[in-house]
Amino acid sequence: MKQAQRAASLSRRSFLKSSAAFSGGLMVGFVLPAGPATAAGTIHTPNAWVHIADDNAITLISARAEMGQGVYTSMPMLLAEELNVDLRKVRVAFAPPGKAYGNALIFGLQLTGGSTSVREGWERQRLAGAQVREMLIAAAAQRWKVDAAQLRAEDGQVLGPNGRRASYGELAAEASKLKAPEKVALKDPSQFRIVGKRTPRLDTPAKVNGTATFGIDVKLPGMVYASLQQCPVQGGKVKSFDASKARAMPGVIDVVQIPDGVAVVAQSYWQATQAREQLSVQWDEGPNAGLDTAAMIAGTRAALASGKPFPIKQQGDPDGVIGRAAKVLRAEYLTQSLSHAPMEPMNYTAHVEADRARLIGPTQWPDALQGAIAKILGLKPETVTVENTFLGGGFGRRIDFDYAIQAAQISQAVKRPVKLVWTREDDMQHDFYRPLGVHQLAAAVGADGKPTALTWRVASQSVTGRVFNLPAEAPDALMTEAAVPLYDIPAARHDAVKHDAGLRVGYWRAVSHNMNTFANESFIDELAAAAGKDPVAYRLSLLETQPRLANVLKTLAAKAGWSTPAAAGRYRGVAVFEGYETHIGAVLEISMKDGAPQVHRVTVVADPGRMVNPDTVEAQIQSSVVFGLSAALWGEITVDKGRVQQFNFDSYRVMRHNEVPAIDITLVESREKPGGIGEPATSLMAPALANAVFAATGKRVRRTPIRPEAIAQA
Amino acid sequence: MSVKLTINGRAATAQSEPATPLLWVLRDELGLTGTKFGCGAKLCGACTVHLDGEPIRSCSTPLSRAADRTVSTIEGLSKDNSHPLQKAWIAHDVPQCGYCQSGQLMSAAALLAANQNPSDAQIDEAMRGNLCRCGTYVRVRAAIKTAAAEMRRGKA
Repeated sequence: MKQAQRAASLSRRSFLKSSAAFSGGLMVGFVLPAGPATAAGTIHTPNAWVHIADDNAITLISARAEMGQGVYTSMPMLLAEELNVDLRKVRVAFAPPGKAYGNALIFGLQLTGGSTSVREGWERQRLAGAQVREMLIAAAAQRWKVDAAQLRAEDGQVLGPNGRRASYGELAAEASKLKAPEKVALKDPSQFRIVGKRTPRLDTPAKVNGTATFGIDVKLPGMVYASLQQCPVQGGKVKSFDASKARAMPGVIDVVQIPDGVAVVAQSYWQATQAREQLSVQWDEGPNAGLDTAAMIAGTRAALASGKPFPIKQQGDPDGVIGRAAKVLRAEYLTQSLSHAPMEPMNYTAHVEADRARLIGPTQWPDALQGAIAKILGLKPETVTVENTFLGGGFGRRIDFDYAIQAAQISQAVKRPVKLVWTREDDMQHDFYRPLGVHQLAAAVGADGKPTALTWRVASQSVTGRVFNLPAEAPDALMTEAAVPLYDIPAARHDAVKHDAGLRVGYWRAVSHNMNTFANESFIDELAAAAGKDPVAYRLSLLETQPRLANVLKTLAAKAGWSTPAAAGRYRGVAVFEGYETHIGAVLEISMKDGAPQVHRVTVVADPGRMVNPDTVEAQIQSSVVFGLSAALWGEITVDKGRVQQFNFDSYRVMRHNEVPAIDITLVESREKPGGIGEPATSLMAPALANAVFAATGKRVRRTPIRPEAIAQA
Repeated sequence: MSVKLTINGRAATAQSEPATPLLWVLRDELGLTGTKFGCGAKLCGACTVHLDGEPIRSCSTPLSRAADRTVSTIEGLSKDNSHPLQKAWIAHDVPQCGYCQSGQLMSAAALLAANQNPSDAQIDEAMRGNLCRCGTYVRVRAAIKTAAAEMRRGKA
């Protein structure tokens, strides 16, 4: 088997390099569920992923950040499968910044995002586990002077002839001195004992008794607390400020200006926030002072015609076909700005000294954070340690680390360890928002009702352009995800226009899959309706060359009872697509009440390829359904006079217990390589909801969120 | 000035200003960081603790209100995960990011203390104030029912 014979791609040298970077960094006691590993004797690091102490305490490293998606369990499962250790006996630690931990699916950056963790780790983590297993076996062979082929590794021990055995801990020192094998064989999936089995999450026990450490829980000796006043208009700068009243408040230690605003530093967090209210800051509001949502939408729409598009796909002569067609359908779709609003507001802890810095807190991108802060502080990156905590939600927000830079700057100014905690209002007002998007689609329709040509253009704001500082003309692949649906359409032109609408933008769960799938899955429904065809049957007629998605759709129709009429007053809408290499579809069953859709049932069928932990796959679909519905039904960030108009969960509505539909999930057995699962179902909710509303009311809502006023105006 | 209160069955003295929200007294002064800050405005439930057995939002409850009264936090539910709710949360693998779960558990604990056979509507009513952005709601509901059943069996 080609895969099984594949050479280990990770060289001994790169392991050693990263292991060296570990000294001290690994022993972040608070992320380890058990006692400090130093009590276990010398820690040996055969490679960057597996750390074995003399007493056989085994620590597996997760290079990916745990923000709910389950990598704290799934990454160790992959390692443990080949290392042959009992998952219940290992500890897990988060990796510090290190080249070995780069994400091959994201240019080698140590970034958690893009539903990549399992896809990237699927082979790599198993190879890493197998490599250490072989090194331990080789060490035992050497010690016992026997042929390694006579030995096997099982449950943390190497077993040899005549009942000889040695624990991994006993062999770790010798194993770590050996050259890492060039080639290691991987188990055939039929032999898996851990991977693919429903496995309890390793972080659950700590998350039900309050002992899991999030960024906001970090405490350093001598630490003080900061609250930061930022300009209500993004991009604005401090002109001047009067801190005399704030300084007179109880507990206040200092008030300092940093590039992003004015920070009050106090003995307690509450004192810092109270004193902050006494600040008087004059702002230069900058170029965004006049920004409002209507202008942002108008500008984005205008850019469809005036901007320079970059190509996504060109096939045949769609413009010619549409120009000559007897029947043409055109539609424009609008998707709104959104906030991430994770439950844990942005926060970070920094201790900056003259020649070093210690940074602790939640981030999806530790190596970039390290490099950026080292540069800002004028320190060498190797003198800046970064320790990751559990993330109280990420959803893409914690790819940006503005809050960590702020904490470091405040610590540098006051020369103490500082924990910066944003208020919920800070969090919502200073997000990197999901960009809005405007799509224009046109299709020529043949005599049989099927599309013969499609033109497709989106105008939206480039997150990648901002994050990576790309030139304006560079295409952004994260604007065009799932832009080309899998439907068989003979001629098509897809392109995209980058337009900066003014508000700063960030990666938001499922990124542009959401906007593009809203347009595509709404439009295909419109085409079906125009053809007088059933939405499922119509889609299937265009999926003859796409067996995986067709199978998902057929299974979905069966599970949702599509062929039998819904109960009186109930209506259904469907959406399917491929995103993150996962084929997935959903049917929403709704009723209408006072002009608003009520979602009663969501049926999801997913073919995510091979799974590491099917229970986590299910949990991530449940999660994506709720996250996607919140945005489809209610979520919207609006701007007036440059100010975001939403402050907290009263003005930014998200789904609550009493609003959650029944969620029925079916996972298709598959031997295909793993697809991502943390995000894709999110993208199905808005189009399936719009399609259900159309079934219920005959009204086609072409914008999100799908609120009563949008339905009334449709 | 100090405020005396009972926390998780033990006498405690807090030195914070009496107007300080109980949340920050628990977290920053007394080191009980299991209770979380989410919104500061009684909108999300992450800070839920019990005051004399009643679920309250500690982000909006001044320390003075807790004077000479009894406060229970997630740390008091049980340290060894032996409470029926913690067992059920583990059995259903409820948490994802986990940040809201202390609040979810404390709201659920108050519900089950009063009603060991809650209907869906009663669960909705007791839990609607507890937001979860990871969308663990379906599992929270299932775990509450599992825990309720265990508590009923324990009584029988």
